[in-house]
Order: sequence, then C-alpha cells, then structure tokens
Amino acid sequence: MIDAFNEMVDPQGAVRDGYRTVSDWLTTTSAEHLRQKQQEAEFLYRRIGITFAVYGAEGGSERIIPFDIVPRVFSRSEWQVLERGLTQRVKALNAFLNDVYGPQEILKAGVVPEDLVLLNSSYCPQMQGFKVPGGVYTHIAGIDLVRDGPENFYVLEDNARTPSGVSYMLENREMMMRLFPELFATNKVSPVDHYPEELLATLISVAPPNCADRPTVAILTPGSFNSAYFEHSYLADRMGADLVEGQDLFVLDNKVYTRTTRGPRQIDIIYKRVDDDFLDPLAFRPDSMLGVPGLFSAYRAGNVTLANAIGAGVADDKAVYIYVPDMIRFYLGEEPILNNVPTWKCANPDECAHVLAHLDELVVKEVHGSGGYGMLVGPTSSRKQREAYGRRIKADPKAFIAQPTLALSTCPTFVKKGIAPRHIDFRPYVLCGREIRIVPGGLTRVALKEGSLVVNSSQGGGTKDTWVIDD
Amino acid sequence: MLLSRTADNLFWMSRYIERAESIARLIQVARRMAMTAAIGLGTRNEWESVIIIAGCSEAFYEQHETANARTVTDFLVFDLDNSVSLMAYLGRARNNARSARTFFTSDMWEALNSTWIQARERIAERSTRNDPVEFLEWVKERTMLLRGATIDTMLRDDAFIFCQLGTYISRATNTSRLLDVKYHVLLPEQESVGGAVDYYQWMAVLRSVSAHRSYHFVYKDDLNPAKIAEFLILRPEMPRSLVTCLREVDGYLGQLGEMYGQRHECQRLSGELFSELRYGQIDRIFAEGLHEYLTRFVKRTALLSDEISRSYLS
Repeated sequence: MIDAFNEMVDPQGAVRDGYRTVSDWLTTTSAEHLRQKQQEAEFLYRRIGITFAVYGAEGGSERIIPFDIVPRVFSRSEWQVLERGLTQRVKALNAFLNDVYGPQEILKAGVVPEDLVLLNSSYCPQMQGFKVPGGVYTHIAGIDLVRDGPENFYVLEDNARTPSGVSYMLENREMMMRLFPELFATNKVSPVDHYPEELLATLISVAPPNCADRPTVAILTPGSFNSAYFEHSYLADRMGADLVEGQDLFVLDNKVYTRTTRGPRQIDIIYKRVDDDFLDPLAFRPDSMLGVPGLFSAYRAGNVTLANAIGAGVADDKAVYIYVPDMIRFYLGEEPILNNVPTWKCANPDECAHVLAHLDELVVKEVHGSGGYGMLVGPTSSRKQREAYGRRIKADPKAFIAQPTLALSTCPTFVKKGIAPRHIDFRPYVLCGREIRIVPGGLTRVALKEGSLVVNSSQGGGTKDTWVIDD
Repeated sequence: MLLSRTADNLFWMSRYIERAESIARLIQVARRMAMTAAIGLGTRNEWESVIIIAGCSEAFYEQHETANARTVTDFLVFDLDNSVSLMAYLGRARNNARSARTFFTSDMWEALNSTWIQARERIAERSTRNDPVEFLEWVKERTMLLRGATIDTMLRDDAFIFCQLGTYISRATNTSRLLDVKYHVLLPEQESVGGAVDYYQWMAVLRSVSAHRSYHFVYKDDLNPAKIAEFLILRPEMPRSLVTCLREVDGYLGQLGEMYGQRHECQRLSGELFSELRYGQIDRIFAEGLHEYLTRFVKRTALLSDEISRSYLS
C-alpha cells in the first residue's frame, strides 16, 4: 500500500491540486470535531432510514453503509477525460447490444467469440430481432473505475443491468453540505443533485412510440426487503415516478396498468430494478413472485419501455468485458480513452495455466459473480485459500477471469487512528437516452480496513462524497 | 397516483398505531385499577378484562395460565412474537410506512422510525420490563407526535384521507369494545351504580379514553352508566365517541367520493351509520340492549372497512 498512488499527497509530501483546501481543512480541524461530525452523520443516516439489508448477515436486517467525511476530489480537467472516456464506452456497449440482438456483425467478423455471447446466461433469445425504443439497451450504466497513477484510469467492470448506489452519491452530498457548509463556501464543487431530473429526461426520451403526451414512469422494485430498496423509493420520490411492485401491475391487451385507488392507470416506462429472470413468469422464470405476467408481451408489442432493456446483461459479463476495447474500435472507429485492466480468461488453457501459477499475485473473480463475493485477492490470501480456489478454477475454468492486483489509489480517510490513506474506487453513472448525460460526480467506495482492496458495501466498505471542482 | 397497495398500507398503518395506543391506555388503566383493588375495593380481575377487550383471549391462554400484571403486560406490550402486541403493531406500522415511504413527509417518517428504533432499545432494558409505566406514557406521546406530524405536514390528498380513515375506524372499534366489555362485565342487570367499586370501574373506563374530566364538563351529575354510555357513543363533543369517529369517517369518504368523482357502497354505509349515531338516543339503545347494539355496531364497522377495501384497496 506504500506504493499506491495517494490522491491527495504526492511522494514528496506536497498536496496535489484540487485537494489544497481539503488538506487545509483537515489540518486545521481537530480530530475531536471530525469524530463528532462522523457520529452525527451516522445518527442522521439511521434516523432518515438510509439503510440497506445485508444478505446472510446474522441479527442484521438493516445496516447503514459507513460514510467517510473526507471527500474524494477530481479536478475539472481530470473529469473531462473521464467524461469523454465514459461516453465513448457506453456508446460502444449500446452499439454492441443493438448488434447482438440485430445483425450480429461483430460476431460474424470474429471480433467477439460467438459462443461467449450466444451461450451466455444473460443472452435473451426472445429479444433477438426486437427493436427497443430509441435503440437504447443500457439507459443507466455504472462503470467502475480504478486508478493507479495520476493519469492511469482503468475500467474495472461495467454494470449495464441494474447498477445501484446513486442514492448514496446524492445523500452523501446532502450530508456533507449539512455537516460542513464552510467547505462549500471555499470550494467550487459541481452539484450532482440534478441526477433524478436527468434520469427522468433520459427515460422520457425513449418513451414507446404510441404513448400519450406525458408518459407515465414507474420504478419496479422487488420490495422493501430488497437490499437497495431505499434507493428505489428515493429515486421514485425525486423523479415523481410511481414506486411499484409486480403485484401492483397487470397487463391487459398487451398494455401495462397499475392498480390505483381510482382504477387502472397505464404505465409507459418502467425503470426496472428486478432481475430479468424474475420479470415475467409467463416468459421467464415461472416461479417468480416479483414479476408481471404478460410484461414481456407488452414490451414486444411496443407498448412499454423497459430500462435497462432485457438482455443487457450480455454486455456487462466479465468475460465479454475483455472485448470492450475492441467494440470501441469496431463500432466507433476510435481508440479507447479508458483502458481495461489486463485480464486473463481461464477459459483459455494457456491463460489459465498462467493464472494458476500466479495466484498469489492476482485477483481472480467469478465471471457471474457480483458484490465482491466469490473472489480471491491473491496477495492477501492464505496458502490454503489459494489451494482451495485453485481447485475451483480447475473444476470449471471458463467460470473465472483474473486480473493483476492493482494498487488502487488511496484517499485520506477518517479512521480510528485519525486521517489515514485507504484504497478507493469510483462508480460514475452514465445516462443514455436520446443523448448521453453524465452528472459530475459518482460514488467513491472506500475499503475501510487498512490495506484492504475490497470496497464493496456488503463486505465492510464505505463511501465518500465525490467532488469535481474547477481547477 | 395512489397505488391500491400503498393506500392499503397507509390505512392499516394508521390502524396499527391506533391499536398500539389503545393497548397502552388499557394497560395503564388496568394497572391503576389493580392498585385500587389492592386497597380492598374489588376482587375482580382487571387483567382478564384487558385480554377480553383486546380480543385475544384464545391466544393469551395458549401461552399463559393466569392473567396478571406481568403476564398480560408481557403478552400485550412487549412480546414481539405475538402479532397483536403493542410492539408488534409498532413494527408493522413502521413496515407499512416503509413501503409507502414516498407519501411520508420527513417529519412523519422520522417520528415513526425513531419511535420504532427507540422502542426496541427501551424494551431491551430490564427497568422497562419491570416497570412499564414510563414506557407506556412515552408510547402515547409518540403516537400523538406522529398524528400531529401527519395532520400538520402531510399533503391533504387521498393518501392523507386513507390515513385518517384507518385511525377513526380503529378508534371507533376500540371505544366500542371497551364499553361493551366493561358494561357487560360490570352490570349484567342493574342500571345504577352502587358503591365505590363501580365508581372506580367507571372512572377507569373514562380514563382509558382520557375522558374522566371532560365527562364532568359535559354532565354536571355524578357518574351514571347510562350517561357514560351516551358520552362515549352519542356525544359529538367527545373526540373519541362513536359519533365523532363516524362523522370523520363519513366526511373523509365524502371527500374521497368528490375527489374521484365516484361513490361506492362504503359511502352509503358510512352515511347510514353516521346518521343513526347523529340522531340516536340513549334510551333506544338501552331498549335494544347495549351489548346487542355495540356488537351490531362493531359488525357494521367491520363491514364498512371491508367495503372500503373492496372499492379502493384491492
């Protein structure tokens, strides 16, 4: 961790641009005061009810995600590079999905292996040949970024299905403004609060062709027991959209309606936070209690827009990830602005051998995993863990990919001992409708344990407010 | 746009809050009465009647042999596994509110959420279990806070109406049950209060609806069971009387009818029920038989609730 790029302080100890006022603030504010504010934040989050459910945790049905009061800062020029890179990447992902469910040029050209797509569990054959409204498949993409140097940003992972965490981006900013108003007087921090408006505009721009003047928007949630429920209700509230569960909707004549106190009301656009598999017991998993029978027919009939589109998961598959730079070249004729992390596919025997021989140096992930579960962080693992993991890889090589352990950048974080560097990553939210919109900010996740590289909230990570400030 | 499920959640949330408060009141009064009994003014088991009024005799006697202060308080207040305990009602109310979150102002949500969080902390303390007096008083404060937040900050639209409907339907039913059990238990045949025992019993009834002083404001006489019954059923000044509750219910259903441009059986039923109460006379109620009258009232209120569900909540 000593070698990791410290975002605030360079190796000589000088404070980097952008962090100057934050640094001054930290040195002139007592630890006692910071601790007090940290506690206030926790109390407020709990009172407001910004909690989430941790699956499998005993005695814990609700926790708050730890919030760290030291912001992470991007300069405007850094942000502009990110913006261009993210826009490019999401354009390519959407083009890929249009192609996969259309003419499949990229497969025919042999750029992406056919079986990787067509045999992919997220590939939805029923979507083949269907033209989605506006040609947009991934309306909301969470592109996870890491950094190991001043100029080196890497895309760690794409999330093209139901990326979550944006409510934390918004609430963290609110919290910082409440706790430290003085900081916002001295720093020109770009606001992020308009995200829900941007999201609404994005969704409305891809309303189905036959809908009324003012399309109705709903957010489909699995319900209050879902770990991200707070976010579903928060966004619905801010957007003025209805928060619905499967049981509130029904389909008649291939149109989708909600059950209201005044009778049925048609819904035109659904931002779905339910997995594709559970969306429609008539089309997908028949045992699903979360979906709406007939929803898929209504979708195919062009009477409702679903965001993100069904079948978009093919683009955020960890094995397909390797080909995203090729997609950028293929569809846009450009060189990628943001690079992938070098990745080895265990499906390839040579690469698999390399991975098995270097388990202690690599981070190995399940292709179909999420939330940081089921992965091996080589350098911090025990011999026993590596042996066990090696056996899993050998049993099913194509289910794993590996990447070098990046020394993720660090950011000063307020921990028990005071201010200390901790590893961070970054998830900006890219909105894609008729045009691409990106709000200047995102979710910075921080690994609170010293030396840990695991930032996931479900495994003890925390979050920070993220600032984009004028140079 | 108000989802039927959301309206249902709001309706029942209000009912659960009202029931929680009702339990707090019942237990407070029973404790008071038990103290009176201790000084030799009665041997009647106060705690048994609490169980009867709360309508959960069967469930109670499955778990406990006798009804006393400890068993009844544990069962009706603290037991989270018992779906009709005060704590369970608070939990269910909060769950419902969570599902209907977007209709809550921050004042309302924080009032309810903090109540739930603090209630759980408090009941974990031994001192609360051993002496629940302060806890029950606190619960009443919190339910009043939530109602105040609702009335003062919630948007006065259909969501608000469903909250109010839940409160008043529950309140009417609770008042009715209280009166029915007490009257039935106390005075099977006689009509007049005789002696100190009955006086304290009737005071207990009035206290549980916060009416022990207001009774005397309205009636300059001594306690008289017929007048008490009249007070709790027919007097419009009494905020918890059946007539007041039905006036609110009928008024809100009328507003809903106007808002939606449609009236249903529930509007007719509430109008009918309210009119009967508005023009009712206590002599005629006694002629029918108070118990019969109240039983009939509870049934019709339940029917009204079903009709509301049918037309709006499903």
